[in-house]
Amino acid sequence: MSQAFTKAMARNIFYGGSVFFFLLFLALTFDTHNAWPDRDNRAAINDSVSHGKALWEENNCVGCHSLLGEGAYFAPELGNAFQRLGGKDGIKGFIMSRPKDGIPGRRSMPQFDFSPEELDAIADFLEYVSGINTANWPPNIQG
Amino acid sequence: MQYKSQAVAKPYFIAAIGLFVGQILFGLILGLQYVIGDFMFPEIPFNVARMVHTNLLIVWLLFGFMGAAYYLVPEEAERELVSPGLALLMFWVFLVAGALTILGYLLVPYSGLAELTRNELLPTMGREFLEQPTITKLGIVVVALAFVFNIGLTILKGRKTVVSLVLLIGLVGLAVFFLFSFYNPDNLVKDKYYWWWVVHLWVEGVWELILGSILAFVLIKTTGVDREVIEKWLYVIIAMTLITGIIGTGHHFYWIGAPEYWQWWGSIFSALEPIPFFMMTVFAFNMVNRRRRNHPNKAAILWALGTAVMAFLGAGVWGFLHTLSPVNYYTHGTQITAAHGHMAFYGAYVMIVLTMISYAMPMLRGREAANSNRSQVLEMWSFWLMTVSIVFITLFLTGAGILQVYLQRFSADPLPFMVVQDKIALFYWMREVAGLVFLIGLLTYVASFFVGSREPEATVAVAEKA
Repeated sequence: MSQAFTKAMARNIFYGGSVFFFLLFLALTFDTHNAWPDRDNRAAINDSVSHGKALWEENNCVGCHSLLGEGAYFAPELGNAFQRLGGKDGIKGFIMSRPKDGIPGRRSMPQFDFSPEELDAIADFLEYVSGINTANWPPNIQG
Repeated sequence: MQYKSQAVAKPYFIAAIGLFVGQILFGLILGLQYVIGDFMFPEIPFNVARMVHTNLLIVWLLFGFMGAAYYLVPEEAERELVSPGLALLMFWVFLVAGALTILGYLLVPYSGLAELTRNELLPTMGREFLEQPTITKLGIVVVALAFVFNIGLTILKGRKTVVSLVLLIGLVGLAVFFLFSFYNPDNLVKDKYYWWWVVHLWVEGVWELILGSILAFVLIKTTGVDREVIEKWLYVIIAMTLITGIIGTGHHFYWIGAPEYWQWWGSIFSALEPIPFFMMTVFAFNMVNRRRRNHPNKAAILWALGTAVMAFLGAGVWGFLHTLSPVNYYTHGTQITAAHGHMAFYGAYVMIVLTMISYAMPMLRGREAANSNRSQVLEMWSFWLMTVSIVFITLFLTGAGILQVYLQRFSADPLPFMVVQDKIALFYWMREVAGLVFLIGLLTYVASFFVGSREPEATVAVAEKA
């Protein structure tokens, strides 16, 4: 690097640039918060949805599935499972039907032995997620 | 070794390597589960093996960073660590907490672990990479605080160099952004948004500062190039890292419910994220070419150059590949992401830790500057085996990803997820074979610590001939 460009100048670019862009990031985050009420389907969040989210987390569903494209890529995307599986009954039916010992040679979701109330909560949670405005992602119903 | 307290780095490095082996073994299990779906089911289901694989990676990299800091800071600050005892105590706390967490994953069903650790009091579990029980997360905070205190005070009391200052900023950032892992609202959109404040601002933010400062330290030591020159480079590189990387977080906000303007912010700034990595490559080769002495530790220099190249390829090129929002619309959450993740983590963070271990371990084991020639040759074999196999893992996953995107999302008649998975199984098999070669490389690496350790140290003249 040229001698005219000194270490002090490089240091100032680092500190100045970092602070400036972090502040810009905070400003955009603030604006994002203002935009969320119209996008994040918060009206749908109730006790059952919250319970469903807790079940989603405490059973590590994201360890195989993706949700809005984030998570593992071992099992199907679930952000649109509500539409793909045909509503709440489709979701519950699928979860209940998983064989305990898996399927020989193939990937299979474990049997979690959820209670009817828990199944409802999970389905409610996935219904809530399906109503989030994701800028039309995923590209089609297959996720 | 110039300062006695640098010795605390040794157990950190040994633990890092041990956990690295565990990480790769579980990686092979995962890879096999991709093609033999019921492998080890229901004893070790995919999600458990994956948690072990990713969490071990994070933990051993943290061990590596901490060991690197404990080795580097006394030399930079020109004084002993404030408290080597605290560093050793924290080593055991972190190791035991890490081991218990991994055993918890393996021995108890995850929901049972959540119950056992009272997750409902402060629910933080069950989110990707942040699967650790809340109590473990609190333990990580304690360890991080004690560590930053120890390192920070040593730096403040001693000589302050750019290398140690940048390292300290990186480490403080690491600790601060981890705190967002405790924020887990019911609103999934907010949850995801701030989850990235841990994950992205770590790996595409403050961790790059840690990477840059370790690389700068090793280059100063091995090339003898004037510190002023190297420090100027370091400033420019990390300036570009944060200028592009902070707003670059936006590339994770395209499809999770955030406003659509993030597609512009994210695309433009993350498209610039390869720049600091490219500069790092230019920097490393430049410094080695302008070296004022020949260091007898050829292996360490190979790792340093390898880091610069592979970080650029993995994080820079493979990141750019799918970062523009119109592309990401199709590739988001596919094997393309997995491909990028593997080469980026290996190239940037695995390799910088191995660079530091390669440089420091000979001294920690009582050598003057370098291992014997035989040991170094073996280490360099392991470098090539692991690096070439990660390139192939990445290429095979990229192939799988392109096919997946086409069949599942792009073609006129999109196929269901599982149908597509069957069609691309060949790529998963090839990835698994490349993974086996990686394991051979890793075992070769471990062996390099035992082979030739009684032989005389490599000298510059001998190393030159080899």
